[in-house]
Amino acid sequence: MSALTIAAQDSATMLWREIKHSIRLLRLLIVSAILVPVVMLLLFDYILGGTLGHGLGDVARGAPYVDYLVPGILVMTVAGGCGPTAINVSMDMTGGFVDRIRTMAVTRGALLAGHVGVSVLRMLVATAAVTGVALLLGFRPKASIADWFAVVGIVAAFSFALAWLSAAIGLVTKSVAGANGSTLPLSFLLPFLSSTFVPADSMPAGVRWFAANQPFTAVVDSLRALLTGAPVGDSAYLALAWCAAIALAGYLWSQAAFRPRSPMTRRIWSKGDPGS
Amino acid sequence: MNAVTNQATRTAVSVTGLRKAYGEKVVLDGVDLTIGEGEVFALLGPNGAGKTTIVRILSTLIPADAGKATVMGFNLRGEAGAVRRVIGVTGQFSAVDDLLTGEENLVLMGRLLHLRATERRARATELLERFDLVEAARQTPATYSGGMKRRLDLAMTLMGWPRLIFLDEPTTGLDPRSRQTMWQVIRELVREGVTIVLTTQYLEEADHLADRIAVLDHGRIVAEGTPEELKRRIPGAHIRLRFADSASLAEAARLMPEGTRDDEELVLRVPNERGIRSLRDVLARLGDDVAVEDLSIHTPDLDDVFFAVTGSASKEKSQ
Ligand SMILES: Nc1ncnc2c1ncn2[C@@H]1O[C@H](COP(=O)(O)OP(=O)(O)OP(=O)(O)O)[C@@H](O)[C@H]1O
Ligand SMILES: [Mg+2]
Repeated sequence: MSALTIAAQDSATMLWREIKHSIRLLRLLIVSAILVPVVMLLLFDYILGGTLGHGLGDVARGAPYVDYLVPGILVMTVAGGCGPTAINVSMDMTGGFVDRIRTMAVTRGALLAGHVGVSVLRMLVATAAVTGVALLLGFRPKASIADWFAVVGIVAAFSFALAWLSAAIGLVTKSVAGANGSTLPLSFLLPFLSSTFVPADSMPAGVRWFAANQPFTAVVDSLRALLTGAPVGDSAYLALAWCAAIALAGYLWSQAAFRPRSPMTRRIWSKGDPGS
Repeated sequence: MNAVTNQATRTAVSVTGLRKAYGEKVVLDGVDLTIGEGEVFALLGPNGAGKTTIVRILSTLIPADAGKATVMGFNLRGEAGAVRRVIGVTGQFSAVDDLLTGEENLVLMGRLLHLRATERRARATELLERFDLVEAARQTPATYSGGMKRRLDLAMTLMGWPRLIFLDEPTTGLDPRSRQTMWQVIRELVREGVTIVLTTQYLEEADHLADRIAVLDHGRIVAEGTPEELKRRIPGAHIRLRFADSASLAEAARLMPEGTRDDEELVLRVPNERGIRSLRDVLARLGDDVAVEDLSIHTPDLDDVFFAVTGSASKEKSQ
């Protein structure tokens, strides 16, 4: 067997393991990955949607607020997958699993490949499910078949980017709780400071520039344009460029953090043992 | 277990001048070891002695700062891949996957070892039977007892037929029965010709299992030899007699001048070199007149070993 087939085989094994994990935690994942975005969708559409929809004015081009909202909710759904991914990676690092496979002839990158692969899978399944619920709740996209392909492509690229970033966060945080907490800016703060719920121009001057130019806005805007049949312009390319940059950064960060340094070592260091 | 005497045996592990420090703290301070193939070698030492550090270095998890080491003929530096293919490691802390069933844990190892599907299923079934885990095979380790978890951990290590196994404190935290089971399992492995390097804090365990013992203290090997050799250096065995009052103690001390007397605790310690015969002798000499409150037989423990080889008790030293 060549090194490449072994690498593929090891990655497939880790993928299998992570899929098993996801199945064991299915109920938990359904709540966090699907139910939470659906509740957000309901809250923002039914409770806040009236005022927000009015406030949109021309931006909505006559469509109901739900059509403006859903692309943002889809991005939140993807971002909601960051927590579980960071937690799973962190659990492997702090439990003995990483040590175990480091004493075996297992391809070095396979473990993270498995985590990232299944993370993307979970994010895509959740996004599809939330899209389904949105359709039931009155979301009426005007996308062509080609637009839909572009939507899937951008969602997948964004999932891939956030999955690598979450993996890196899971690697560098010293505890499982820390891993979860550290993804909150990704899954909560950044969506709110973007065009997810309201346009960036409507925000206070201090955050307006940030909100208008950060990656979540680029991704949300491109999805919104594709799904509402508005002119897409360069927004799709901008979104993909952001995804590529985040994925690369997350990948490099993960590689740097995955140097052979054991959880045992980390635990002792973090306690500030003599010698550190 | 005759590997020690068989000079023709090949070397499984050879270590010279192994050093490791974390910052200012020296953890291994020049360790030399030679372990023969098929041998059971015990690293005995108190908390913080450096046992786990040695295991982690020899199993390619962390690099040493200095020193030379070969494992099954492969150099740790540069041939780590080859080392990994012939060793199995059961770490001090459980490394089972809590979200997979027992059987899936074994299959996972089989996959990572690149066994064929039929081979890994057969091996998993065999190990589940051997480790008495058949009934628990389809449950996740969350429902296992400590002993079952430990057995699953070891079974996972054995999936790939390793020729050298590192067991870091395999019985710490187990009840006496689970410990017996674990000892049995280890002895079976020995019969199959597997070389075993285990660490333990219990002299009794090293005594039961090991062909040779190295006593580790503060990153140095302070004694090495067969269990018999070590025990001969430990004058720790004694019979401990406790009395109700100092008059009885004084009387007993007069009858047995070889004893050491402790007036505060009203205790007399009589050396016990000949087991039951010493005991019978002591009882005979005490007769019916001296009232003994309590009698216990003290066998040498790790503290005695440390006292003998370093001149200080392990508990004091490690704190
Ligand atoms: N990464 C690290 N950073 C700093 N000190 C460390 C590190 N790893 C181990 N040590 C120190 O090295 C010493 C030896 O540790 P080691 O784990 O090898 O001991 P041990 O003999 O296995 O002890 P135990 O019986 O408690 O398992 C301890 O004092 C420990 O604090
Ligand atoms: Mg240890």
